[in-house]
Amino acid sequence: MNLTLKIWRQKDANSKGQMTDYKVSEISEHMSFLEMMDVLNEQIINKGDEPVAFDHDCREGICGMCSMYINGEAHGPDRGVTTCQLHMRMFKDGDTITIEPWRAAAFPVVKDLVVDRSAFDRIQHAGGYISVNTSGNTQDANSIPIAKEAADTAMDAATCIGCGACVATCKNSSAMLFVGAKVSQYALLPQGQVEAADRVQNMVAQMDLEGFGNCTNTGACEVECPKGISLDNIARMNRELMKASV
Amino acid sequence: MALDSKVPQGPLKDKWTDYKNKINLVNPANKRHIDVIVVGTGLAGGSASATLAELGYNVKAFAYQDSPRRAHSIAAQGGINAAKNYQGDGDSTYRLFYDTVKGGDYRSREANVYRLAEVSANIIDQCVAQGVPFARDYGGLLDNRSFGGVLVSRTFYAKGQTGQQLLLGAYSAMNRQIARGKIEMFNRHEMLDVVVVDGKARGIIARNLVTGEIERHSAHAVVIASGGYGNVYFLSTNAMGSNVTAGWKVHKKGAYFANPCYTQIHPTCIPRSGDYQSKLTLMSESLRNDGRIWVPKHLKDVEAIKAGTLKPTQLKEEDRDYYLERRYPAFGNLVPRDVASRAAKERCDAGYGVNATGEAVYLDFAASFVRYGTEQAKIQGIKNPSEAKIKELGQEIVRAKYGNLFQMYEKIVDENPYETPMMIYPAVHYTMGGVWVDYNLMTTIPGCYAIGEANFSDHGANRLGASALMQGLADGYFVLPYTIGDYLADDIRTGKISTETPEFEAAENEVKERINFFVNNKGSHSVDYYHKKLGKIMWDKCGMSRNAEGLKSAIEEISALRKDFWENVNVPGTDKEYNEQLAKAGRVADFLELGELFAKDALVREESAGGHFREEHQTPEGEAKRLKEFQFVSAWEYKGEPKDAVLHKEDLAYENIEVKERSYK
Repeated sequence: MNLTLKIWRQKDANSKGQMTDYKVSEISEHMSFLEMMDVLNEQIINKGDEPVAFDHDCREGICGMCSMYINGEAHGPDRGVTTCQLHMRMFKDGDTITIEPWRAAAFPVVKDLVVDRSAFDRIQHAGGYISVNTSGNTQDANSIPIAKEAADTAMDAATCIGCGACVATCKNSSAMLFVGAKVSQYALLPQGQVEAADRVQNMVAQMDLEGFGNCTNTGACEVECPKGISLDNIARMNRELMKASV
Repeated sequence: MALDSKVPQGPLKDKWTDYKNKINLVNPANKRHIDVIVVGTGLAGGSASATLAELGYNVKAFAYQDSPRRAHSIAAQGGINAAKNYQGDGDSTYRLFYDTVKGGDYRSREANVYRLAEVSANIIDQCVAQGVPFARDYGGLLDNRSFGGVLVSRTFYAKGQTGQQLLLGAYSAMNRQIARGKIEMFNRHEMLDVVVVDGKARGIIARNLVTGEIERHSAHAVVIASGGYGNVYFLSTNAMGSNVTAGWKVHKKGAYFANPCYTQIHPTCIPRSGDYQSKLTLMSESLRNDGRIWVPKHLKDVEAIKAGTLKPTQLKEEDRDYYLERRYPAFGNLVPRDVASRAAKERCDAGYGVNATGEAVYLDFAASFVRYGTEQAKIQGIKNPSEAKIKELGQEIVRAKYGNLFQMYEKIVDENPYETPMMIYPAVHYTMGGVWVDYNLMTTIPGCYAIGEANFSDHGANRLGASALMQGLADGYFVLPYTIGDYLADDIRTGKISTETPEFEAAENEVKERINFFVNNKGSHSVDYYHKKLGKIMWDKCGMSRNAEGLKSAIEEISALRKDFWENVNVPGTDKEYNEQLAKAGRVADFLELGELFAKDALVREESAGGHFREEHQTPEGEAKRLKEFQFVSAWEYKGEPKDAVLHKEDLAYENIEVKERSYK
């Protein structure tokens, strides 16, 4: 298929960016979206210009690195996928596709479609862990049985890949789905109880400090989340925060 | 230099304990004055960084990604082995040790593997304490599944995302230390050289991938945890950025590189679909617990399937060839990876491949739907369930176990694997070879260590499933933190290492020179042009089966391609900015050297062992034929061009295990 691409180009964090048009042809419907971008970049390089910078690594939907805002949707039109898992069969011959970076004050643009998501790391530094040293003397893994349902729900929360689609898609640029998922994982497990109050307070405080917006229950984050992280996690985080403050 | 593996004396089962009792320790107050650099933040590097920081060392960790959480360990799917014997099926430290040595085709070091098996149980305890949500059964206890090459269930898992959960565990432990200031994290940084001062590794030269700045970082020891080099094939299951650069740079500064030809071609990956393909996606080996692998028995059915006139589901049982069950009745679909891959290639080479390229076999879950569905109907008290009901109940169970993998398959292939069998084909997945290390995990450069996939030590010529995660975390959490102390005990009075020395100056200049060359060359071909060409040579001539003639021509071709690369490569942009092409050019330059050494190593090893299959050395049934005279590790010393590399042999002695013909029949 033949496509027109409108892509955000920005030299670096301090420069002004703009949309630029490109044409690509002979794109197979079996290509992944990023393979289509590879074709475009090879074309740009062979013309002697600078290729479009974008984040990507595992290309199988788990590292959370890829992050494109395609036709007004985080990770594009398909559901339950990251950009790298999006395939060109979702588009039609002759389509015009708009590609932008994640847009949020807390995610400044590094170059073109690459953004800085270190704010997520800093929220995790504030409490995204259980304080246990490596010793080889921890108790046997089976000494605390954990109800299957709790373990499974914790796992569902823990599947978050930290891509930031929730922030990009939220009209408030809220990070509550991301933070809620991490808080939930530990809140659901007995190992996480000891530090539960401090954890949720510190992580929420850091989230606010980073400049993420608040949650107004629109639910777009849940829809666009490639891993299907549920809004329940935001409710659980709010409950944990309430519990911690009384 | 003679190779000394430094394996402690004494009985196998006491070696590690005795060793720990006798090594030098660094007191907590002195640890504060010692810096350690860790390159890579996957399972090995992440767990090592966290543990070293907990102990009190000052850690500087480096990742090329934007966060340590994105290292490619995250993509590991199936599970992690541990000799817990929770299933009461006769597992033990010895049995895990035995399976691993046998699985590696008797080409790994006994003492290292035994230690790995010994600490495996601690890993599970540690991860559970960190809040890793492993799968549990209804009693709340941990569940296990089975993997290839073993007869017990010792694999712990978190759906099909075990690597992700373990890495997030290590990342959380890192975060705690980053918050305390004990780990200084350098995201989007790439190590471009190691700095050796007075014969010891004392720092690295790194490039800030955002600003392009070249930085000097000093430390008392340098740990390489940068993963494997599967991307030398261009197409592999590795991440796009996975590279050999850190390992190759230490090799060029004096670290021997061991067994480069031992590569794991994983049997169950999604087949390639076209020339534009940028990577291959793994379907976890755990699927072989419940999936049966087959191709049609008759060529006419293959043709009909390819023509679209016959659906695989329409083919009768007696017209299917479950070739693994046929050839290996004892292990069936759960033979080790090297065996399963070669068997798939054998069928496809004979014309039985089921897709357009002729390079695909079926992985079929229909039998499992029935088995699980029938069991569920009984549990739920459903009398005389219909076939459709049984299938539905069975699919629910399979969805709970592997749902994310099925979804991933459907998104890529655009076929529903609940309704039609998956198509799979082998792909490059893991490299058993790597930087040579002794029992302490130290390379032949004093003070330079290599851990995880970056080293060579534990998997011999073939790695068993669910053992990579085990090794990465064993090295990082439980082995390196001890062994490095023995070395650093001599450094308590050294003080901060200065970066203002001729050695740092020289290393930095060398790095800058190379970068300047790339951005100024303005040649005619892109970096990917060369990477793809290299990958094709590697796959065609150093792939699942190899022969002397092919390997010799591979050496010639790679050497010529490297020459072309250094004349005609085109890197757009400048060095003072975010420039992915520039970063990639450096990585491909290193792959172009490694590839040649790889072929040379494969040529010298005139036997078949594990993932290294030489066509000249096979049994009449087509199985790998190992030779006693090759019972050694090939450790290569850098001497300039790869063709000049000098071979050193570390003989492998098996005192606690009988070396036998490896059979899974």
